[in-house]
Amino acid sequence: MGGRRDRLGTAAVLAVPAAFLGVFFAVPATTIVLTGLRPGGDWDLGAVGDVLGSASTRRVAWFTLWQAVVSTALTVAVALPAAWLVGRVRFPGRSVVLAALVVPFVLPTVVVGTAFLAVLGPDGPVAAVAGWVGVDLDLRRTATAVIVAHVFFNYAVVARTVGTAWLAVDPAAEEAARTLGADRWQAFRMVTLPRLRPAIAGAASIVFLFTFTSFGVVKILGGPRIATIEVEIHRLTTQLLDLRTAAVLSLLQVAAVVAALALHRRAGRPQGVGRLAAGRSALRRPRGRERLAVGLTLASAGLLLGGPIATLVWRSFDTASGPGLLHYRTLGTIGRGRALFVPPLEAVRNSLAFGAAAAVTALVVGGLAAVGLRRLGGRARGLADSTIMLPLGVSAVTVGFGFLVALDEPPLDLRTSPVLIPAAQAVIAIPFVVRSLLPALDAVPPRLTDAAAVLGASPRRAWWEVQARLLRRPALGALGFAYAIALGEFGATVFIARADAPTVPVAIFRSLSQPGALNVGQAMALSTILLVLTAGVVLVVDRIADARIGGF
Amino acid sequence: MTIRRALALLLAPALLLAACGDDDTATRRDDGPVTITLVTHDSFDVSDEVLAAFTEETGIEVRLLPSGDAGSMVNQAILTKGSPQGDVLFGLDNSLLSRALEEDLFVAYESPALDEVDPELILDPEHRVTPIDTGDVCLNYDKAGLEAAGLQPPTSLADLADPAYAGTLVVQDPSTSSPGLAYLLATVAEFGEDGWQDHWRALRANDVEVAAGWEEAYYGSFSGAAGSSGDRPIVVSYATSPPAEVIFAEEPLDEAPTGVVEGSCYRQIEFAGILAGTAHEDEARQLIDFLLSPTFQADIPLTMFVHPVIDVDLPEEFVEHGLRPEDPYLLDPDVVAEQRDEWIREWTEIVLR
Repeated sequence: MGGRRDRLGTAAVLAVPAAFLGVFFAVPATTIVLTGLRPGGDWDLGAVGDVLGSASTRRVAWFTLWQAVVSTALTVAVALPAAWLVGRVRFPGRSVVLAALVVPFVLPTVVVGTAFLAVLGPDGPVAAVAGWVGVDLDLRRTATAVIVAHVFFNYAVVARTVGTAWLAVDPAAEEAARTLGADRWQAFRMVTLPRLRPAIAGAASIVFLFTFTSFGVVKILGGPRIATIEVEIHRLTTQLLDLRTAAVLSLLQVAAVVAALALHRRAGRPQGVGRLAAGRSALRRPRGRERLAVGLTLASAGLLLGGPIATLVWRSFDTASGPGLLHYRTLGTIGRGRALFVPPLEAVRNSLAFGAAAAVTALVVGGLAAVGLRRLGGRARGLADSTIMLPLGVSAVTVGFGFLVALDEPPLDLRTSPVLIPAAQAVIAIPFVVRSLLPALDAVPPRLTDAAAVLGASPRRAWWEVQARLLRRPALGALGFAYAIALGEFGATVFIARADAPTVPVAIFRSLSQPGALNVGQAMALSTILLVLTAGVVLVVDRIADARIGGF
Repeated sequence: MTIRRALALLLAPALLLAACGDDDTATRRDDGPVTITLVTHDSFDVSDEVLAAFTEETGIEVRLLPSGDAGSMVNQAILTKGSPQGDVLFGLDNSLLSRALEEDLFVAYESPALDEVDPELILDPEHRVTPIDTGDVCLNYDKAGLEAAGLQPPTSLADLADPAYAGTLVVQDPSTSSPGLAYLLATVAEFGEDGWQDHWRALRANDVEVAAGWEEAYYGSFSGAAGSSGDRPIVVSYATSPPAEVIFAEEPLDEAPTGVVEGSCYRQIEFAGILAGTAHEDEARQLIDFLLSPTFQADIPLTMFVHPVIDVDLPEEFVEHGLRPEDPYLLDPDVVAEQRDEWIREWTEIVLR
């Protein structure tokens, strides 16, 4: 390896993702931060000290940090039994349950927030249960509500990442420990847990990243008294046009995200020792008391994940004259005074089309990035890998407002171009694509390529015959997951979606901002459709790719 | 499942739908009519046939660009000053007016149609902005909810400070919500620049609830909205929310489930202006004229649930279930521009911290 030609090749491969992320992410975000820090062209570095020293910044930063830590710890604790289910247990309906786990992760926060309001509010089931023991409970606008919703959203990240790592741990080692006299818990703690630790740490740092930068959940469930840094950036930018403070807060958030990513990188890869040989399965039917554990895990997951979703689905059928299809039947027509300029059903079509474009873009750009990163190797790879994750940590409003200022001149006056929607969605999906493909690329045995070369295949032919074949499934998995992400993406899309081409999340949001039962009902019906679509996509992906959804 | 079948399953519906949607855009590209862009807030709405009538009359196509709520829209316009995203901006209201005028966002245009408009609504004598509609932000109450609590509807802002109304009111955060700001301004107008603070202290003692936006307050906390999960019988909303409840009810209603407190309203006037830097100033002027035309003005009530600024017939539901306050609160836009941020800061300290 090495050599000029190789390095040139790597650079060429990485140029595409670099250009893409540059235009649609880095340049806009940097421009808006610079607008805040260089008003009129002179650096205003005093802003950094002013903002960081202010009491309100400290309050916001402190809340952001502690809720993220608590949310992360709780998510890991609650989802670990589900990870065991994913990694060890064969049970009826397994693939459906695995797909269902991911649905919350890709649902738009507007939708989930609304459902949680119903569940946690004074008329909801939680208050009813508390009422039996004589406690008057209203969890809306509390940190508790925010944290519970965070667990809901990120459950799948832990369950599936750790579960997949668990699948790869050979149960024989644990069995050996038990033969040597260890009890079940000791065997788990001494043998399996150390092998899961990198996966747990990796999943935890990703959950931390998501909860630290949380926006919609905090806005809807936390009420106006609590704010994360991201919520504060949004308020400062859109309402007060205080770009100076917003810029400093953006930098603060990026610093925290970079720290979390560094932690993620250090968590490393699962150890090779005790790995399950290919072709063997660690899954088996539960026996004896394990059945109870399976039942309890499924029941708790059903309650936590299913509760809000069931509320949502129920409300989509709940009309003034009893349960019915009214909200669905009216989706195809455009009424007077409706919040949308098109029949809501058209939003479904837009979402599917934009989502497909975004998924293909994310696969191509992310795929090239993964190939390039693989060729880079070493420290450079680690750094570049983290850089690609940054879009997940920078606020959508920063990028959205950045589009307005940065992309306003030909040939790049893209501000109102429909291209911007799938592009913005792709930026969010690319990190997931890269995360899915990199391990798959790493897993291609070099001997196979060598063998092909020995047999006389040209390098291109060898790549095509060997790598491309082995990568097809992971690539398809990444494509599908990118599709699901794009379908549910809201933060960036809402800035750029055109009135005559709303996506489903945007349509839901607009319907919810109009009075009248029919509009709410339609929002719930659209949410249910979105839910079914994303679950369907994930189910298909699961069938064809392995369980490493999103690469986490 | 084979990979090919899976791929087909994933992408086919999207491609199919995308394909059948594209047929009309291709033909529209052909040179022909000028397209101008109308930048609006997300609550803007217009009937298709009304917009089509404009195109038919003038040959000008109108593209709509919703840009978030009114505050966010104006801030985006300020950021893109000189290189605007559109040609005309609609939805600037009187509490944001001065900020936009200070930034020189608009070019002046005095529409001949202004003759029909109440001169009191023309807040900018230079005509950089043109009034298009008016709305009233008012307290709404849940008729059944108040009755169940054994309360009469309040008749003034001061009533809400009465301990009898403890735990009944939900408002919006004025720093993130336009009706929230309007309501704060109403209290400033009522209790004076040095008196409103005490009123809000009393409201806080009365357990006022604060939601981030209108949706959260109206659907999340207010008990009177259809499909709401809330338990507060009084909310800050619009004078036209009761007719909206009737019009959008799933089963026909004889009477609105909610009512409006007449003595609590703050008037919002919404303006449109031609964005400086437009390449289509002439077409933009025609659009401003159209926004004041009877065709558009008559469409306003049932699309945006606000009142027209010229004399047109109002829909029956408006007359029957709506309310037009005789003497709403209204502050001088210059005072608002000067004090707004300070008031919001003070309010935040009093009510939220």
